[in-house]
Amino acid sequence: MKTELTVIGAGPAGLCASIEAAKNGVDVTIIDENRKPGGQLFKQIHRFFGEKEHLAGVRGIEIGNMLLEDAQKYGVKVLLNTIVWGLFPDLKLGISNGNSVNILETQNIVIATGAAEKPLSFPGWTLPNIMVAGAAQTMVNVNRVLPGNRVLIVGSGNVGLIVAYQLSQAGAEVIALVEALPKVSGWQVHALKIMRMGIPVLTSHTITEAEGKSYVERVEIAKLDENNRIIEGSETKVNVDLVCIAVGLRPLAELCWMAGLRFEYIPELGGFIPLHDENMETSIKGIYVAGDVAGIEEASSAMEEGKLAGIAASVSQGKTDKKKAERDILETKERLRSLRLGTYGDYRYNAKEKIIRKFHEL
Amino acid sequence: MRVYDHPILGKLPDRKEITILVDGKKIKAYEDETIATAILASGIKTLRYTSEKHEPRGIFCAIGQCTDCVMEVNGQPNVRTCITPVEENMVIATQQGLGTWRKVSSKKK
Amino acid sequence: MSKNCNLQGMMKAVVSLEELKKSPGYPSEERFKRGPVPVIECVEDIPCNPCELACDRNLISVGKPITNLPRLVDPDALCGGCNKCIIVCPGLVIFIVDKTYSDTEASITLPYEFKPLPKIGDKIMGLNRTGEIVCKGTVHKVQTHKSFNHTNIVTIIVPKEFADDVRFFKAR
Repeated sequence: MKTELTVIGAGPAGLCASIEAAKNGVDVTIIDENRKPGGQLFKQIHRFFGEKEHLAGVRGIEIGNMLLEDAQKYGVKVLLNTIVWGLFPDLKLGISNGNSVNILETQNIVIATGAAEKPLSFPGWTLPNIMVAGAAQTMVNVNRVLPGNRVLIVGSGNVGLIVAYQLSQAGAEVIALVEALPKVSGWQVHALKIMRMGIPVLTSHTITEAEGKSYVERVEIAKLDENNRIIEGSETKVNVDLVCIAVGLRPLAELCWMAGLRFEYIPELGGFIPLHDENMETSIKGIYVAGDVAGIEEASSAMEEGKLAGIAASVSQGKTDKKKAERDILETKERLRSLRLGTYGDYRYNAKEKIIRKFHEL
Repeated sequence: MRVYDHPILGKLPDRKEITILVDGKKIKAYEDETIATAILASGIKTLRYTSEKHEPRGIFCAIGQCTDCVMEVNGQPNVRTCITPVEENMVIATQQGLGTWRKVSSKKK
Repeated sequence: MSKNCNLQGMMKAVVSLEELKKSPGYPSEERFKRGPVPVIECVEDIPCNPCELACDRNLISVGKPITNLPRLVDPDALCGGCNKCIIVCPGLVIFIVDKTYSDTEASITLPYEFKPLPKIGDKIMGLNRTGEIVCKGTVHKVQTHKSFNHTNIVTIIVPKEFADDVRFFKAR
């Protein structure tokens, strides 16, 4: 099997990389281990932020459908139910769909494998119906099954705040959202929309314990002092049947490690991040990264990074003229820059700049 | 609990109803949904028990990454039920520890 | 959406009314006297500007950089009440408040993405920004349309003195 560009992961970054390259006439194959493409876009039923060019005001689920349509329109080949089990130095990929094993020969690779949510351990945390917030979001918005009716959310980042809202939309009662820090860590607008509904958002609070026979039935929450120590006597027991953990994400970078890419530890972007240049090319020529695997951000930035990688791969394939590519790259970078502005953007911009700087120091 | 009507997503589309067997009990499922979805909708939250302490485990990541939801499916242990679709008359068992390969007499379609 | 009063009492507001009133998206008392007006409770520098494009009368401006807070421009211009800004705001923090609704009452138009939808005439409790019940009110108008893309628009009537506080409601 042969293809010019292989994109691994059919989420927002991977789809955008594929579409951009296919538009330029590159022969693109996108691989995903799931049954359906779209990554985590189809559980994001809220409207996206940004500018018109970022599809602001459009719901994630609709953006997912738009990307799938475009991928089809531009002739991207999609291999679903397919895992990449090997990434070899000569850019050969070992792939398997469960029935057959193949070697895919390719000239460029975009690794867009995304992220997974981080767990949080406390006594009882392994009980059934204690899950990461995105799992509850998948169950309710994609699979249309509400995992519980009385919910505690742990973590006040945007994921925790949005999942609290979305579980309420599906009819659950969110008993409280606890945040160990003294202030909400996600955007105020997301906090405001759940607080005005009467969902208590408790800062300087944490979960200390979960109990239950065969699944979680009760949790204990407690107040924290300024040194993050539990204030004795502040413990409250609350009956719940679902706990959602929303304490951040980590890049799914296994393939990047396997490929031997150079990494740097960038805690503000979620952990070890593969170094890349300003056009997403990594320490191995021909291998690009895009989206959460290149540093945890959000879907809008992932899409722009995907486009950058797709354009860069098109250039590498000689499929687009230099002038057009330069213009496309500039426009994409401008859109990306505007998503990384402000209190919640500056630190990501700086961390991304650090990655690029470290790359050039190699 | 299935979400039949949703303020953003609308009514649950009609899908073909099928039956799966979970620990010998018939459970209603819908074509193309995942095993974990059908089982959770039936009210079951424990999907497996751990090897040493025999503690219950359920859905944790729901995107095929954590392997907490593995069960024995048609005699094959360690199947990630959160990403594996149901099939008519599928035989599913709560997994004990690392699970066991078994011969399963399942009525094929 | 019942609530646990005990836990509710432990909550701190993320933004005070005083802070909101100082922000460029919060209308002045003079502006409120002229009729319905969008109240934009967006006080963080998030890169976002759909509200700017939504308003046919160009009442809302973000400009460049897009992290600017949305600002009400032209204090004399009247809001047409098209509700487009309410619908398009991904943060769901735009409300259209009319303090001139009657001598004693104000109307508050807000986004509503829940089921079931309330009905005109429903008796409700007005909830403030931290979900506390502050007053009684009634549902005046319920608008849905395909173009709203599932963000429905509900107008409630509350006593005028609560016009700056009530931002959600629940059935009485």
